[in-house]
Amino acid sequence: MTSQQTGSPSAAGHQFPAGSDAFPHRHLLGIAGLQPWELLFLLKEAEQWVDLNRKSSKHVDRLDGLTVINAFFENSTRTLLSFEIAGKRMGADVVNMHAAQSSVKKGETLIDTAVTLNAMRADAIVIRHRSSGAVQLIADKVDCPVLNAGDGSHEHPTQALLDALTIQRRKGDISGLTITICGDVMHSRVARSNIYCLTTLGARVRVCAPTSLLPAALDRMNVEAFSNFEQALDGADVVMMLRLQNERMNGDFIPSPREFHHLYGLTRERLALAKPDALVMHPGPMNRGVEISSDIADDPDRSAITEQVEMGVAVRMACLDVLTRRSRGVEGWS
Amino acid sequence: MKQLFTNARVLIPGEITPQTVSVEIEGDRIVGVGATIAPDGHDVVDCQDQLLAPGIIDLGVFAIDKPAFHFGGITRAALMPDQSPALDLPAMIKHNASEGKPDLWSHPLAAATKGLLGNELAEIGLMKQAGARAVATGRNWIGDSGIMLKLLHYCRSLDMPVIVHSEDSGLTAGAVATAGETATRLGLPSAPASAEALSIARDIALVRESSAHVHFRQVTTAQGLDLIRAAKAEQLPVTCGITPAHLFLSDIATSDFRTFARLSPPLRSEDDRTACLDAIKDGTVDVISSGHDPRGPEDKRLPFAEAESGMAGAETLLALSLNLVRDGIIDMHRLFELLATTPAKILGVKAGQIFKGYEADLIVIDPEAPWQVDTRKMAASAGNTPFDKLPVQGRVRAIYKGGKAL
Repeated sequence: MTSQQTGSPSAAGHQFPAGSDAFPHRHLLGIAGLQPWELLFLLKEAEQWVDLNRKSSKHVDRLDGLTVINAFFENSTRTLLSFEIAGKRMGADVVNMHAAQSSVKKGETLIDTAVTLNAMRADAIVIRHRSSGAVQLIADKVDCPVLNAGDGSHEHPTQALLDALTIQRRKGDISGLTITICGDVMHSRVARSNIYCLTTLGARVRVCAPTSLLPAALDRMNVEAFSNFEQALDGADVVMMLRLQNERMNGDFIPSPREFHHLYGLTRERLALAKPDALVMHPGPMNRGVEISSDIADDPDRSAITEQVEMGVAVRMACLDVLTRRSRGVEGWS
Repeated sequence: MKQLFTNARVLIPGEITPQTVSVEIEGDRIVGVGATIAPDGHDVVDCQDQLLAPGIIDLGVFAIDKPAFHFGGITRAALMPDQSPALDLPAMIKHNASEGKPDLWSHPLAAATKGLLGNELAEIGLMKQAGARAVATGRNWIGDSGIMLKLLHYCRSLDMPVIVHSEDSGLTAGAVATAGETATRLGLPSAPASAEALSIARDIALVRESSAHVHFRQVTTAQGLDLIRAAKAEQLPVTCGITPAHLFLSDIATSDFRTFARLSPPLRSEDDRTACLDAIKDGTVDVISSGHDPRGPEDKRLPFAEAESGMAGAETLLALSLNLVRDGIIDMHRLFELLATTPAKILGVKAGQIFKGYEADLIVIDPEAPWQVDTRKMAASAGNTPFDKLPVQGRVRAIYKGGKAL
């Protein structure tokens, strides 16, 4: 590989191991277990794609001739679109399988589907599934790299990488930042991947939710748990809001959306408790007026929400590139 | 024709260590145990100084799986009522009671409620007449305390023990793991370990009301065991059991979403696991059983939360339990109380010990023989064991059901 242009301060100053030693994994199933330099390597690789994506001609032929299958067993709009654009901008043939709408159900069919996709000789498979661990199950049955696009409440690694890239470009080195993640932590794969990613990169991570939406043993994950949003916001560099699923807002975990907004909604008054230049993030899609007020979400000085979407394409391009280097015979990637 | 087992180290009642005595069999019964029985007129079985123990009585299996039972030295198995359909009618009890005979005796457990739904009492009295020796709530807890109390009163009058599952279903609804670091990291729906203590506390209160004998089939948490300990101190008629999985594995075994480690109740924290070992040592636990539940790929090759719970445990029951003796937690005599004598007492069968007048269900064991658990080479109808590749010691060299070699 030719060396890339400068990335963020932390990535730029970092010396990465040569060739595949920089990222020795076959799949990207989660952030858990990845080393800090492996995360920084992917972020550094993504920078070039941010630049490309801002040009009028957004195409390279790096993945020319490769087939990427997006197998989405759970509905998704933005993640699917983001992966599709990422693959196409690098010249891959991208095929989308909307398994959530097809006859594919649970049962042996999941393994059968994996075997079928494998027989079609995909060069990379991107999978989203409603059940934690499902993507790993499929990865064990196929010969090509598998990218986890979200499995149950487990992990959503490219979301964490795009969030890290967004933070890094705005704030510089992630190490030492105080980052507050607020919302349905218990059911959120975005929260888990971000906790792994940001703590690995040296951030102080706080999570905040009513205790009914906080999973057990969070202290074992190097995060500080809060139920009082004001305390959790105090002095934060980044405030990351999570989406509250509709089905959990009406009496099951939360009495009502308006009560949630009253206690945990990010308003301008609450944001004032964070650092003056604190960055606001949300993985989307937002429930405006529930977890976040519209005037915050739409404030370009504070909100990085659209930038997150932009970084998403670049990060996914980097992941597809890095994970297919072995099969493409890139020098040093054996 | 009489048989005489000689040169055996025999586990006999009242002796802590195995004694070198002979065991005399006539028909299907043990007729003598002693050092001085003359071999004349007997078929002599030379045990070559190996251990002679009562056949294992496996209290609470989900399938009659003869090859696995025979490999594991199990001569009797109490079959859970969770069959398809549930064992809630006398005819089903009768059918299942004769299924394994003569080389394996199955003791079908009567479903406590119709269809095991927890709503209406099943015909327990008629099922008793058809051969049921105990009642079971199945894989689930009976959530309605009113139904549970009526069940216990009724079973008390029939003098039948009630074998219960101990997890508060309100807390465990949708859960597939115990709440803790592992479930949090994996993003699995989980329930707090106190779901077990809650259900045990209620059932103990109802035992106090009814004086019925309740056997808590699997108690797997420190809190739950504390409640059992206190109830026993109060002289309440309660007993409890456990499987080797909860003694030797914690929830860490599920870390890579391994569905073979998905059990019900789920594997617990390391602290709970050590509490279980303590409860074996201090006598709080009465029974060790396999929970044998063979499951094929259609049930197990699935995402963790969608897979069925259960493990094939019959083949590894003895070898894993022998670890308790090797580790000095209990002696060999106590081990066979847990594996055979107490289960026999709960079922009310004259078996489970080597004693005059008892059924000649015997196993010859080489307690040191090494082997390796291998999911691909199991005798069971499916190889779903969380102990795959584990080196273990202890093999059954011969098995006799009612005096007949199998």
